[in-house]
Amino acid sequence: MKRGSTRSSDLKRWLSQNTGFAAALLLFAILFLTYNVLHPRGFSSAVAIQNANETVAIAFVAMAQTLPVLIGGLDLSVGAVMTLTNCVASELLTGSPLQILLGAILTLLTGTLFGFMNGCIVVYGRIQPIIATLATGAVAIGLALLIRPKPGGNVDDDLGWALTNSVWDLADTYGFADGGEAWWLRPFADIPVPFLLVVLVAVIVWVPFRRSVTGRTVYAIGSAEGAAYMSGLPIQRAKITAFTLAGFLAACGGLYLAIQTSSGNADVQQAGAYTLNSIAAVVLGGTSLLGGTGGAIASLVGAMILRVISFYFRILDIDPLLQPLIEGLVLLTAVSFGAFRTLRVKNQLDLFR
Amino acid sequence: MQISLSKENRPIVIASLFVGVILIAGTAYTLSTTGTAPLLSVNYLLQQLQTGSFLGICAAGMMMVILLGHIDLSIPWTLTAAAMTATAVGGDLAIPTALGVGVCVGLLNGIGVAWLRIPSMIFTLGVDTVLRGLMVAQTGGFAPQDRATPVMLFLAKDRIFGVPATILVWAAVSIVIATLLTRTGFGRSLYATGSREGAAYLSGIRTRWVIVGAFVTSGVCAAIAGVLLTGYSAKAYQGMGNAFLLPAIAAVVLGGTHILGGKGRYVGTLVGVILIVLLNSVLSIMQMPEAGRQIIYGAVIIGMLLVYGRNQRVTS
Amino acid sequence: MTEAIVEYRGVSKYFAGIRALEGVDFKCRPGSVHAILGENGAGKSTLIKIMAGVLQPDAGTLLMEGKEVSFAGPQAAVDAGIVCMFQELSLIPDLSVADNISISSPPRRFGLIDRRAQISRAEELLARVRCEDVDPNALVRELSLSRRQMVEIAKALGRNPKVLILDEATSALTARDVRTVYDLLGELKDAGVASLFISHRMHEVEALCDTLSVFRNGQHIETFQKGEKSEREIVRLMIGRDVDAQFPPKPDRAGEAATAEPILKVAGLKWGNRLNGIDLSLKRGEIVGLGGLDGQGQKELLLALFGVLKDVEGDVIIGGQKGLPSSPATAKNAATRMALVPEDRKTEGLMLDMSIADNLLVSSFGKISRGPFIDPGRAAAEIGKGIAKLQIKVGSADDPVMTLSGGNQQKVVLAKWLMIDPDIILLNDPTRGIDVGTKQEIYRLMRELANEGKAILFYSSDYAELIGCCDRVSVLYGGQVVSEQSGDGITEESLVAASLNIGVEAA
Repeated sequence: MKRGSTRSSDLKRWLSQNTGFAAALLLFAILFLTYNVLHPRGFSSAVAIQNANETVAIAFVAMAQTLPVLIGGLDLSVGAVMTLTNCVASELLTGSPLQILLGAILTLLTGTLFGFMNGCIVVYGRIQPIIATLATGAVAIGLALLIRPKPGGNVDDDLGWALTNSVWDLADTYGFADGGEAWWLRPFADIPVPFLLVVLVAVIVWVPFRRSVTGRTVYAIGSAEGAAYMSGLPIQRAKITAFTLAGFLAACGGLYLAIQTSSGNADVQQAGAYTLNSIAAVVLGGTSLLGGTGGAIASLVGAMILRVISFYFRILDIDPLLQPLIEGLVLLTAVSFGAFRTLRVKNQLDLFR
Repeated sequence: MQISLSKENRPIVIASLFVGVILIAGTAYTLSTTGTAPLLSVNYLLQQLQTGSFLGICAAGMMMVILLGHIDLSIPWTLTAAAMTATAVGGDLAIPTALGVGVCVGLLNGIGVAWLRIPSMIFTLGVDTVLRGLMVAQTGGFAPQDRATPVMLFLAKDRIFGVPATILVWAAVSIVIATLLTRTGFGRSLYATGSREGAAYLSGIRTRWVIVGAFVTSGVCAAIAGVLLTGYSAKAYQGMGNAFLLPAIAAVVLGGTHILGGKGRYVGTLVGVILIVLLNSVLSIMQMPEAGRQIIYGAVIIGMLLVYGRNQRVTS
Repeated sequence: MTEAIVEYRGVSKYFAGIRALEGVDFKCRPGSVHAILGENGAGKSTLIKIMAGVLQPDAGTLLMEGKEVSFAGPQAAVDAGIVCMFQELSLIPDLSVADNISISSPPRRFGLIDRRAQISRAEELLARVRCEDVDPNALVRELSLSRRQMVEIAKALGRNPKVLILDEATSALTARDVRTVYDLLGELKDAGVASLFISHRMHEVEALCDTLSVFRNGQHIETFQKGEKSEREIVRLMIGRDVDAQFPPKPDRAGEAATAEPILKVAGLKWGNRLNGIDLSLKRGEIVGLGGLDGQGQKELLLALFGVLKDVEGDVIIGGQKGLPSSPATAKNAATRMALVPEDRKTEGLMLDMSIADNLLVSSFGKISRGPFIDPGRAAAEIGKGIAKLQIKVGSADDPVMTLSGGNQQKVVLAKWLMIDPDIILLNDPTRGIDVGTKQEIYRLMRELANEGKAILFYSSDYAELIGCCDRVSVLYGGQVVSEQSGDGITEESLVAASLNIGVEAA
């Protein structure tokens, strides 16, 4: 009896502390289910695979953006780092399996190092993150253009096929689990591999980070940097880690994009669009741009919301010319929901904190 | 003579010195390769400043918003929307229409940021997307008039007493902004609000209107830049404003304005714009490929800020 | 005599050439409660910041238990057993109470934070400070200020201090919590912990401490045992000269009180659950105090009158006009002008980064402008007048206001408002954290202003100030006025009794 009541109060507390995330989750669930109901081939593996493929890159970039946002900054280079690593991967993901593996590792390392550099500039150069990353973003695009002046590339076909389809296809391509027919693989066979990849990275990178002192420090910096310093938390280490992880996650996005499109493309416009969309995804997920609250999982949901909205244009008979307008209106409306809280504030001074 | 630099003027002086360095280095390059020194000819510089005017005017508006600690990401499509609407209306009403669009977008941004208190980073981004959507929908449905009007062509192409009219417009905008910032209650309130909004509010400043005012100024500046750019390229087209957003932010920050608001002088922004414009023209004289340009561009911003843009360490 | 646990030898610290501490020798024994006294700018906070590893001394050495130490940062000091509770709370609002209590060295399992162990640890420590009602899973931002301060204390205890520094740590506590803290300090003392206590409240110092050290102008003046010196002698040591009558004399207002029409009349003022029907009146020439424990609605009342709060109910008449102003801007510009000196001068009163001149002018743009343009001549004249009237010690009016001492900063806030020549002045604890000398100047100024015909509503957390300054005092409890006292009827006893909402007889 008592236990039940504490559980419901636990849920209530979680809801009150994570209102934004809960709202985002609900919004996504509604949008996604409605989409599948309306879709002629809804709830099928094929649709799920296609959706997942188109979501992976933005999902990784949104998760990347989350960390700098949590410390109260912003990383305007995530899209550029994704583009850079995309170009790097388009050169390296070919040859023997070992070479491909090495190439993937080098790609991730490039992004990680770039993020580390961002962190060092912010921490030791003491430059505002938004401005520092604006500049390093230009450097990243420049490097991407050096590597790949024209779009193209050479990515292993098997890899591209295996990682952009269902688990069954993955097993089939590489011939494990009886080519995908093993009984234990059955329950998972229809799950899209890209979806698993995102979840895998989230679980092995984000979750442990969240439960480390460094991760806690990231939240503390965004919430009250002075207090965090006074409490003896490792501020500099946490800031550098935040940017480094952002670089790593952006590189995951770039790597996947290369696998998915079998090419690299140093497109300035696309890099900018990914950066801006990553901010939108972070906000939609319920993470505060002021820092201190939210998380990468929330941004993942935010990214999925952004993508689902664009999926609707395919199944509904909407003039494609109206697509950007509707996307913009949805974004504005979504962020304006947060404003209702503002209108309820009775002490005007609370608005300025 | 006392040679001490106040903290506020240091970035401006250093940026000015760097402008000198760019001119000297560029001239040295041209002398060694072609034996000419175009960078030192008045005509060439005026021409460069003329193309820099669009950026300069955008940066002037952006500075007002950055002084508040906010940012206006809607500049690209405010510029485009103003230009495209203006040419669609055409005739004598074209320029007032453009300015009207600027005011409306500014009001919308200001209300979203000041009253709804949505972070400007995301709200202006949303407004930018909506404007883009509107323009795409408009040009897609039917083909509106997109030719520049005669007045626009005059402002963008003609010279008055040998000075391009565009530069004079930029100069006029600069004088208005500089006066606004230093000589009016609104300007001082802008600094106060950017420095600490709560204290400014409790001091009896109508901080919400100050925020709206800054965004409207930014919108109008973008609209003016749109009008001039339309005249310069003889027509309004989609995406015409895309190239101005990040350089405008960079110019403002290179000029010493603090990205979190409250501090900065307009002269600095002016120097920042000139720095970026000259850097661009030197790089194009050198026929630097796009990749190299981007890298140098980023490195210069980082380098300059490492010299003077450093924050204080947090100790309490 | 036991050996010192912390010792300073010839420690100096300078900020941009200005001395904050110079040649300080100072000892602190284990098992003592040691008060550090001094005006603002005397070097107390620099002293403890060095001990806590926040600052590094420019000269001299710091010894701990006889061994020379140097702390690279706060964590190093914590590791050595020096735990500091700063005036500005060191809690992270967006993290839970349990997270905060074990912030930098949480219990771990497999290298990751063990949440369950962390919660039981928090529960244990909260029980020690008798705050079992605080939920370890709640976010700190959801707690009231007094609860936060208790969490801060629990956090400090959890770090097993050898030296515990309390910097104005009791300022927001309820009476019950203060007793808890007193008891705790007693326990720690018996356990051999040295507590350093900084407070501007003499009665707290008297009740708690056994040793007192006085600092002045960055120098250690004297250390002595409790009871060796009278309060008057201590104050003289702090400001370096004799203090005259602390408060300016009050004029006799018995005659006019009945006749004059109040400039401000409030009836049944309600706001949320913080104000529950306030009745109050204020006449020109009067200083009316707001008393009571912290957080009984005094601050909200001042904010409501200044137009900061929304949805306030009740009847208000200001200078013959009905209704509250809708914003500080309207309060300032109305026919009956109002001014508010806010609670926190650093975040609400001043733009710290901006110059003294800009801060002084920020409320008077209308007055110094011709059309839309500021008249530089008039502006300079007003700045000069303001600085002279309040005797603000400035090098140049163009210096940033943060270079001033706390007292001078508060004078800037006051001067800013006097520029608009307000009719009603609302003061929210204007002397908090300000040195004795400036306090007296502010008292004198208040009386002068009242004599000029201004009406002053004055909230203070210090009873002595209310007794010394006010013509009348309204004591608030639970968002209501529970007692009104005037003239000689204002005594410490009656104020305390009313604050606790008990009859005078019972006290």
